[in-house]
Amino acid sequence: MSLNIYALSAGADFGGGVWDLLASGPRRERQRELIAKAIAPIWEANHVWLILVIVLLFTAFPSAFALLMTQLHIPMTLMLIGIVLRGSAFTFRSYDSRRDSVQRRWGRVFAIASTATPVLLGCIVGAIATGSISTAAVTSASFVDVYVRSWLEPFPIGVGLLAFLLFAFLAAVYLTLEARDDAMREDFRTRALAAGAAVAVVASIDLALARSSAPLVWSALTEGTLATALRIGAVLASLGAMAALWRRSFRQARIAAILEVSLIVWGWALGQFPYLVPPEITVENAAAPTATLRLVVIALVVGLAVLLPSLRYLFKVFKANPG
Amino acid sequence: MTNLLAARAQMAVSLAFHIIFAEVGIALPLMMTIAEWRWLRTGDGAYLDLAKRWAKGTAILFAVGAVSGTVLSFELGLLWPGFMRYAGAIIGMPFSLEGFAFFTEAIFLGVYLYGWDRIPARAHLASGALVAVSGALSGIFVVIANAWMNAPAGFRLVGGQPVDVNPLAAMANPAALSQTIHMTIAAYASTALAVAGIHAYVLRRRRGAPLTEELARFHRAALAVSLSIGIPAAIVQPISGDLSARFVAERQPVKLAAMEAQFQSVRGAPLRIGGWPNVAKEETRYSIEIPRGLSFLAFHDPNALVNGLMAFPREEWPPVRVVHASFELMLALGSAMAIVSLWAGWVAIRRRRLRYEAADRWLLAALVVTGPFGFLATEAGWLVTEVGRQPWIVYGVMKTKDAVTPMPGLIVPFSLVTLLYCGLGVVVIWLLWRQIVSTSGEFGGQRSKEFIGTGVSE
Repeated sequence: MSLNIYALSAGADFGGGVWDLLASGPRRERQRELIAKAIAPIWEANHVWLILVIVLLFTAFPSAFALLMTQLHIPMTLMLIGIVLRGSAFTFRSYDSRRDSVQRRWGRVFAIASTATPVLLGCIVGAIATGSISTAAVTSASFVDVYVRSWLEPFPIGVGLLAFLLFAFLAAVYLTLEARDDAMREDFRTRALAAGAAVAVVASIDLALARSSAPLVWSALTEGTLATALRIGAVLASLGAMAALWRRSFRQARIAAILEVSLIVWGWALGQFPYLVPPEITVENAAAPTATLRLVVIALVVGLAVLLPSLRYLFKVFKANPG
Repeated sequence: MTNLLAARAQMAVSLAFHIIFAEVGIALPLMMTIAEWRWLRTGDGAYLDLAKRWAKGTAILFAVGAVSGTVLSFELGLLWPGFMRYAGAIIGMPFSLEGFAFFTEAIFLGVYLYGWDRIPARAHLASGALVAVSGALSGIFVVIANAWMNAPAGFRLVGGQPVDVNPLAAMANPAALSQTIHMTIAAYASTALAVAGIHAYVLRRRRGAPLTEELARFHRAALAVSLSIGIPAAIVQPISGDLSARFVAERQPVKLAAMEAQFQSVRGAPLRIGGWPNVAKEETRYSIEIPRGLSFLAFHDPNALVNGLMAFPREEWPPVRVVHASFELMLALGSAMAIVSLWAGWVAIRRRRLRYEAADRWLLAALVVTGPFGFLATEAGWLVTEVGRQPWIVYGVMKTKDAVTPMPGLIVPFSLVTLLYCGLGVVVIWLLWRQIVSTSGEFGGQRSKEFIGTGVSE
């Protein structure tokens, strides 16, 4: 039962990731309009994935939620401020006057917040993987030990960088398809290639760091056939994405990029399993009582039964007459 | 400032900010749908213009509501990890459902905003209605979770730990019905009367050039639609308030005593209007007392026993002054809204139609005055229920001080959040003013035609 929930919420998480990157990566691009157009109708829906993940986490795994929110208070708060600024700056930009100076100001807020948020998100994920977050640590005397050291270390920061680059990479790949003229498409192609290469470099560094900093993830990623398959799959997908970009087969590039990110997310989830927050909290011991879990699963199924057709309708409406 | 106080202050600021946007997110979609429906029925372009303007307002406010709501879902854990560890499994359910309702709302708001020329009129109207319904539902789910904090249910305590958790029973807690009714009506009354206040102001304005007939028609239409919701909501609200108060009297007698600043336990307790409680001397002075009023209202029996604050241990008293003053403020504002609504309703009945003219100067002036009352009353009422529950975070089960995070220096995030929200609040007001209010003077001109032609995606 709890496994099921874990799979589903990770799925939602992944969906959130895929969507968010759409809105996260592209800030530096001068052709803001294209980006704004690509994001405008769907960012609200993307944003809500995040809320959904949070509420599912605290309903299904309350003790994990409480622990994370306590020890990672600082990066969580910073990320939250990033989310607020990003969301509101984007809205304000869409509804504000079209004067350039005003636009640029909101654009800058949006850009900075969009950069900081995925880095912090990655830091949080990285900090969880190191296994330094535990109830025992809360009683430790020093403020820095409890609230800072777990996430302000080379490995979590490396993961933050990786998350940011992955988002940027995916967004650039997507935008090659959204672009309406060749010059712009080339712009995004170059960016996607650069981001993809950077992803490969940072991912290798992170993996090397993981050996000492996050031994759990390291051993899970290097041992076992499923892990190996996932790892090889991710590498292949990333090579495929790069090759497709090189050949300008943008549709294939998009599929390969999505595959690459999903495999990384699933590989990570597998690497941590059965731990939610190593070394103390597992899926098993953090799970809410069965009555709650059963209801959450029912709610998820019914909710998705309502949501998915609605989402399809939303996309259909906009695909029918792109404007 | 202690850590606990900083945490409470941060939560208070976040909720006080969010609650306004949540209310508008519940009520404005309904008004926009009604306006569109009137347009489809009558073909009067003023209603179409109205629907589009309100849709635009909904979009801006919904976005801010969404981010401030996200902040709250994080803050539950950031500030109150003890509470979440304990209660997450019990009341996570309504939050999850709220997530889905909110998601539906976002999807159909997207369809509504960008679908004006892309889908059939009926489908468009239906998506507006779906936005309104899911908005109301998400508000109801969140209030159910808050009601659980006032009337915890759906679990048993064994050795301080909750067992036999039943989330459905937790949702069906005894406070849920009265609280959700009171809050939902509040959302409709506050938003509708605030909108009515804005249009009443423009309609009766004397300075500058007189309104063109087309412009006047626009503002009359706005008044008609907003008051069609505001009048019934504001009139019904005192009745639902009575329901809530009777619940409090029965289940949270300390809160009732603080609301009424009643220190002594007496039979036939008086109803106080105004007054300043002196906690040290345990008396309330300078109030007008209506004999037996409180006993009658709270228990529907003029001789009923009302337990005063002194019947309870001192450390379980909520801050009496804040609770009493907020309660009185809410009653005063709510009564004013109900009276003005009765007046407006009576005018409409006499005319046999919901139509107000610039010549109704006194009524319009009254509507302008009561415009902000709903939001103020909401904040006051929310203070009553939250501060009145102190020192408990879960009434009778968990103290607020036991739920707060051990993270030191909470004054820093509190200051950051406060600054952020002040900035956001200013920007939102400025933006709404430019987008919706200030341009309505240009109605009938080129800009407005453009506006109608291109929809909100201009």
